[in-house]
Amino acid sequence: MGMTMTEKILAAHAGLSEVRPGQIINAKVDLVLANELSAIVAIEEFGKIRGADKVFDPGKIVIVPDHFTPNKDIQSAKVAKAVREFARKHETLYYEVGRMGIEHVLLPEQGLVRPGMLVIGGDSHTCTYGGVGAFATGVGSTDVAVAWALGEVWLKVPPTIRIEFRGKKQPWVSGKDMILYAIGKLGVDGGIYSALEFTGEAISELTVAERLTMANMAIEAGAKNGIFAVDAKTEEYVKNATDKPYTVYASDPDAQYAQTIVFDMAEIEPQVAFPHLPSNTKPISQVGEVEIDQVVIGSCTNGRIEDLRVAASLLKGKKIHPKVRCIVIPGTQKVYMQAMKEGLLETFVEADCVVSTPTCGPCVGGHMGIMAENERCVSTTNRNFIGRMGHVTSEIYLASPAVAAATALAGKVMDPGEIK
Amino acid sequence: MIEGSVWKFGRDIDTDVIIAGRYCNIPDPKELAKHVFEDLDPTFASRFVPGDVIVADSNFGCGSSREVAPLCLKAAGVAAVAAPSFARIFYRNSINIGLPIFEIPDIAKFFEQGQKVRIDPATGLVTNLSTSQSFTAAPFPEFMEKIMAAGGLVNYASERLGGSKA
Repeated sequence: MGMTMTEKILAAHAGLSEVRPGQIINAKVDLVLANELSAIVAIEEFGKIRGADKVFDPGKIVIVPDHFTPNKDIQSAKVAKAVREFARKHETLYYEVGRMGIEHVLLPEQGLVRPGMLVIGGDSHTCTYGGVGAFATGVGSTDVAVAWALGEVWLKVPPTIRIEFRGKKQPWVSGKDMILYAIGKLGVDGGIYSALEFTGEAISELTVAERLTMANMAIEAGAKNGIFAVDAKTEEYVKNATDKPYTVYASDPDAQYAQTIVFDMAEIEPQVAFPHLPSNTKPISQVGEVEIDQVVIGSCTNGRIEDLRVAASLLKGKKIHPKVRCIVIPGTQKVYMQAMKEGLLETFVEADCVVSTPTCGPCVGGHMGIMAENERCVSTTNRNFIGRMGHVTSEIYLASPAVAAATALAGKVMDPGEIK
Repeated sequence: MIEGSVWKFGRDIDTDVIIAGRYCNIPDPKELAKHVFEDLDPTFASRFVPGDVIVADSNFGCGSSREVAPLCLKAAGVAAVAAPSFARIFYRNSINIGLPIFEIPDIAKFFEQGQKVRIDPATGLVTNLSTSQSFTAAPFPEFMEKIMAAGGLVNYASERLGGSKA
């Protein structure tokens, strides 16, 4: 009986010829990620593991201080300092402010995550790397600490739900709209404990950046991981990033799926997720009048150069609405530099947007765009939970970079197709 | 034996409302416990009585992987959480740090705020003392039982390494 690509990657890392959904395995990890907030708790737990004086392999541990950096206050600075000292002591991979980026934009860009790898991370959006055909999933800090010590993680093999997108994208529809649409249909626990395998004609036509965006939000349907078949686009992307080797796993034709869900691209418009759940989606044509105070373009979901290009294409030569604050956050230093070379940063600043250094910042309610009571933000981030970006009465509307840029111009949630 | 009053929650309770992101640079769970559920109910932390129990609807703990979510519930004195389902990272984290959780279909329908509950962690038997109805939690897989028997994942890893550091 065949296996899905998720099952094949898990089997290979558990030293087994096959695995089945529900089976609990001990798997070797190829990379263990932590940000400063998960690392600080993991360091404490690592210290409690008797016999763990050293990490299992410093080259397979990566720490990226990205959440509250550049340090937003003294407490954040203390956390960053302790994490930096641990990284130096154990000689792990470490990306300091000025060399770094938002972890899930940075790792694929640096070629640290590649097809066929098994990656865990102390951040729920670690599932992003399924966009390049890796098995990647978020865990807590204790799991990170134990993986630092043992190089292993226990995992329950998930059942795979196959999600097929038939047909071609409509104008202004992006990977972000496709994943928001899927979460709207599945619900925030529709993929609970499962692997989501994205397939279909529309998926083949997506850029790797859009696949990373979609895999990033698999967690928003409760899934363990999201994954995409490796194709020529993936291989080109990975080879541009690194000359390190990788292994391609493909789902067998007779692989067992828990469920197959088919979406018709003709039904999918640009999407907006209303407060306070990512599943609370509406097509742009049914949004109505929603006035906006702030727009955020960035994050591990949509902070890639492709995202900034789309936003800039709408903003070029224009000014954003006088009452809107628009915050653009390139995902990494490399994205920042590329945006500068292409003139995108100039476009943003001329349009009256602010351009930030790479940081998770407002997405996690840290800094760089926190909202007061009753303020509303259209954001290209991944979560619109109560209080996520500031005051408990503030509201987040999740959307694509195109919808976000159109909204910044209009001062209300706007279909990019309406911008002349 | 766990015995206390029920604090009732709905479905899809995310880790951001358990403990807001703005507090996630505070590593001390006791300090975090002062802000538990602050964005849902700013009076919760001052009213919650250690030893009480949370009964919630499906998908408790969804969203962020922040381990400080179960850590601050534990530090606040939450004796157990019972729900029809838990988000997977929250579930792992709870097992790993020793916050007792109980998965019981439809459990939220059978409890109201303030009712008395008794839970036997050994058998997974959950009794609503106000209505005398009883429910049994799904057993944990054998591997997770091993982690819990070792006293959490850190101890389990220590055993694997055969270490002697205190």
